[in-house]
Amino acid sequence: MAAKEFDIPELPTYIEIPELTPDVMKGEGPFKAVDEFQKPLGFPGGKVDNWKEVAIEKMGDLKSKYRSVQVFLDSCVKCGACTDKCHYFLGSSDPKNMPVARQDLFRSVYRRYFTFAGKHFPKLVGAKDLDDEMVDDWYNYFHQCSQCRRCSVFCPYGIDTAEISMAAREVLDTIGLGQKYCNQILGKALTIGNNLGLPEPALRDTLLDLEEEVEEDFGAPVKFPLDIKGSEILLITPSADFFAEPHIDGLIGYGKVFYQDGVSWTLSSYASEGANFGMFIGSYDIMRKAALRIRKAALDLEVSRVMVGECGHAWRVAYSFWNTLSGVGAGAQSGDEYALKLQNQLDDRYPQPQHIIEYTYDLIQRGKLNFDKSENDERTVTFHDSCNVARATNMGGIEGGQFILPREVIKAVCNNYVDMERSTIKEATFCCGGGGGLLTDDLMEIRIKGAMPRMQALKQVETNEGVNTLAAICAICKSQFSKVLPKFDFDPYMIVSVHQLVSAAIILDKPQEAIQMSESQTEATDAVEAKEAETE
Amino acid sequence: MSLISIIFTALFYISLFIFIVGMGRKIRQFWITPVPLKIPIAPTPLTQTGAIFKMIREVTLFESLFRSNKWIWLFGFLFHFGLLLVLVRHLRYFIPGDLPEVFLLIQPFKYAAFAMIIGLAGLLARRIFVPRIRYISAPSDYLMLLMLIVIGVSGAIMTFTSNHTDVMMVKAFASGLIVFDWTNLPTEINFLLHLFLVLVLLAIFPISKLLHVPGIFFSPTLNQVDNARKKRHISSWALKQEKENTVKLEQTIGKDE
Repeated sequence: MAAKEFDIPELPTYIEIPELTPDVMKGEGPFKAVDEFQKPLGFPGGKVDNWKEVAIEKMGDLKSKYRSVQVFLDSCVKCGACTDKCHYFLGSSDPKNMPVARQDLFRSVYRRYFTFAGKHFPKLVGAKDLDDEMVDDWYNYFHQCSQCRRCSVFCPYGIDTAEISMAAREVLDTIGLGQKYCNQILGKALTIGNNLGLPEPALRDTLLDLEEEVEEDFGAPVKFPLDIKGSEILLITPSADFFAEPHIDGLIGYGKVFYQDGVSWTLSSYASEGANFGMFIGSYDIMRKAALRIRKAALDLEVSRVMVGECGHAWRVAYSFWNTLSGVGAGAQSGDEYALKLQNQLDDRYPQPQHIIEYTYDLIQRGKLNFDKSENDERTVTFHDSCNVARATNMGGIEGGQFILPREVIKAVCNNYVDMERSTIKEATFCCGGGGGLLTDDLMEIRIKGAMPRMQALKQVETNEGVNTLAAICAICKSQFSKVLPKFDFDPYMIVSVHQLVSAAIILDKPQEAIQMSESQTEATDAVEAKEAETE
Repeated sequence: MSLISIIFTALFYISLFIFIVGMGRKIRQFWITPVPLKIPIAPTPLTQTGAIFKMIREVTLFESLFRSNKWIWLFGFLFHFGLLLVLVRHLRYFIPGDLPEVFLLIQPFKYAAFAMIIGLAGLLARRIFVPRIRYISAPSDYLMLLMLIVIGVSGAIMTFTSNHTDVMMVKAFASGLIVFDWTNLPTEINFLLHLFLVLVLLAIFPISKLLHVPGIFFSPTLNQVDNARKKRHISSWALKQEKENTVKLEQTIGKDE
């Protein structure tokens, strides 16, 4: 398929709400998953014959299992508050990229088949039949939603388009219309253990090479352990961290922080993936399937802490869903044998799971890390709040901690930090444009158009404040920015991991002999202090 | 009793019945539908108290809407707040016998009708003139606003112009509905239109977007506490799957523990 020609949006001084251009993003959507990728996930490999009945039945099933879907479908009053909030609408001007219009693709069908008014007066209430055209629109426009939840922040009822988009994608998968990118990757993650399909020997080699490289570059024997039973920490990080720039510099940063703290940690070859695309396709069961690998790794490796690397939706799944899906967390009820089996093993003095940023922040607060901030002096840094971290999680157990902690870590290692415009950060942050399963080349047009609002805010701080570095804590954001930054005349290398900045400034002065000795002594007191910090 | 009074009396009970049964069923549906995952939306409350205050702010001040769009907030707030005051004032018609003194104090609430009408007119104007909102509007969205405007205007005409209706007769009729002591109602067209549309509104409540009224309280993004790490949250169906260990594992690849 030849790539469609399209104009890259100009960056305006202020974001203006575009005039509607109906159908400008109409299309066939991303590549569809063939049998080979659909079957292993339990989905049919092509549009089934009785797809309409199957789809309606699945809609009924989903709305009876998810209160969010039922309530959101019924409660929208079409007030229009969300219409100018989606980055894909702002960048593309296609009205079906307005959150409410995107939802209405699903809602109009719900009304037609499930509500009194829609069954008897479809024209009056905007109810529509589920036909081929509608399903095509579903496939196309629900793959132009990154499930970033920005619209939900601004909705008076908290209606979350991500929930509707996940439900629609699950219906599509059920009738055989899966997205190749997500479902192919899920196949790899669920069999090999990571999205890249990197088998254990390759991963081991990669990590050994990395150890050599880091020792050569920084003169300290920083280790990247794999499958070490009895380690204190199991690190679950997106597999992008293992090989690609700028991700791998973040991994080096984690390794240096662990090294300096002197804690024992390990990666798992069985659960070598933080990302969980089960969330993107809206499948609870598949999301759980991927999460169970982490549970198994934690049990097998007998770790007492589970930690998550820099990955946006991974942190959402970990923070908000792991406890539910697999018991990685705390506070299981006394009769809950399944969760207790794991939770009794995990050290309840630490938050479970913990984000690497929480860990580094805590060490900084306790004065355990020393930095030479001047190493980052050539940089003026701004921070991109990744949508899933910003709108669906927390860090540090304090209100807004997910905004505070990463910024504090950056400020501890950099002298020059500025924020982008207030309406484009924190809970109102603009998505990078590549989240939610859209990080594939066949969706490049919407990825570039959707990046426009973020790029605009970045352009402002570049012009006004001299920002030359964009830091993020999400693998998808980093990959997406590497691709789209040059389209808007930015340096593609300006995107970095937060832990790359940490890595550049950290002073590795931990005497190695002391590590083994101090470990057992300080462990307990550290843990207590960390726990106190968390509960405050 | 006149035929028209009998018809309206019957309509009142029919509408009320539809409203109560319909809302009861809908609220029950919202109530029993599980919430499998923690999905609060930022800014998230970390405690139950925080979640309650967030909900109170959303319901009374429309906090998210204010953050979102000042015009929609202004018109929406004028309408809802006006409606609330007007409804409170309408209690006088339904309470049999002499009114408590407090009703003298709320007499000025009648002016809230103007806030209500201005708010509705603003919302209708936006629906017609803002292309984005016009795009997402179905005929029912306009009709709903028009209906409310006619209710508001017909009420205001009776209150503020010389087209007064017989208030004592209205009171006898309305309170009679409550205590099953049915009487005739005034037959001015303003009053009949006003009453008829209110009854229609009552009847379509459970089958229309007016479901946002109970809906907001059930919205998981707004009412959940952000404590997923500290307390295990699990839905009935997920727990059942977990217990039976049948997360359709046989259909998906990879081995379970």
